[in-house]
Amino acid sequence: MIAHYGFNDASGDWFLTLDTDKCNGCGKCVEVCPVTILGVGPDEIDIFREEPVASVKYDERKKIRYHCAPCKPGYGSEPPPCVAVCKPGAISHSEGWKVLYGR
Amino acid sequence: MVEHEKTVEFWRWPETNWVNPDIDWKKGKYITAGVDVGSVSTQAVIMADGEFYAFGNTRTGSDSPNSARKGMEYALEKTELKLENIDYCIGTGYGRVNVPMAQQAITEISCHAKGANFMYGPEVRTVMDMGGQDCKAINIDERGKVLNFMMNDKCAAGTGRGMEVFADLIHVPVWEIGPRSFQISKEPPSISTTCVVFAKSEVMGLLEQGIPENEIMAAYCSAMAHRIMELLKRLGVKEKFVITGGIAKNEGVVKRLERELGIKTAEQAWHNSKYRKKNFPFDTQLAGAIGAALFAQALLDTGKAKSVRKT
Repeated sequence: MIAHYGFNDASGDWFLTLDTDKCNGCGKCVEVCPVTILGVGPDEIDIFREEPVASVKYDERKKIRYHCAPCKPGYGSEPPPCVAVCKPGAISHSEGWKVLYGR
Repeated sequence: MVEHEKTVEFWRWPETNWVNPDIDWKKGKYITAGVDVGSVSTQAVIMADGEFYAFGNTRTGSDSPNSARKGMEYALEKTELKLENIDYCIGTGYGRVNVPMAQQAITEISCHAKGANFMYGPEVRTVMDMGGQDCKAINIDERGKVLNFMMNDKCAAGTGRGMEVFADLIHVPVWEIGPRSFQISKEPPSISTTCVVFAKSEVMGLLEQGIPENEIMAAYCSAMAHRIMELLKRLGVKEKFVITGGIAKNEGVVKRLERELGIKTAEQAWHNSKYRKKNFPFDTQLAGAIGAALFAQALLDTGKAKSVRKT
């Protein structure tokens, strides 16, 4: 399942996208995220999934634009730590930051 | 307030409840329930062994537990069923963690997917839920499993609540907005924003200019359709495409969205031919609660949940 966490507003797309079929629940993204917006636990959408899966914490979903900004292209390292650390390549970010703040 | 100033509430849509006359719940193995406490409306659906048995559709009050209780009482009203007879109840929607009679909470994304699959049939691939305060676009498979979803709950622009506010502003009952938005000579440009606050002042401006009400309704509906379109474009729409939630009842928005997308929405009718033949009420607002009740059934069937039935 592709889970888009975040939102779209008049200024663009602010999504963190997680491919739960690729995610193995290793939790490395949780460790490297400087603003601790990620967590690993039971799948809240697919309730019959047995293995744990990463997700964006409930309270953080409307703040992604601001909390993810320091890690984004034009700001900090490239790619962001959560994307770099994810071996299965389950995490990606929308282009909002690049469009608005990128060089 | 003086008597003659008593306000008419144009946003107020009618509450409904219903019971399936064909089912004897006492014969069923499992009675399951789903309670969907949304920001605007609350639905309780009761199912007997996965068959649609009863529902209540009410407005959400100021607190979730009481709204859930009210919805459930309303659903039980025409039945002889008591809360104690229910095997398992699942809460969903915005207030899902505050449903007192529920044993478990499941996110409304899964429930709407499952509910749409049950209501419209296994050919459904894209579900757009137009809620009271958010909208969700969901791609699903033939079993109603979520494949891809995108939610916009950051603000209530272009949602059911926005439509209610708009109805109150122009003094037209909310269910008349759809049909009346087509009684126009030409399609007006859409309202430039769906933000409820800004749209309100823009509509006030249009009213002051003496633009006909119907045209303003058309302008608002098309702004809303446009906003839904934005979300759908990102996710990708596949047929069969269905809309659930209250806005699905507003043809002014639905038809304009179809026009913009170039894709028709599926007919709002039961996939189950028996339900269709018997003319069971088909209420797009029920999708979440139906899904929740079906999940309760599935959890009991797979032994992942235990019945809490008392009598």
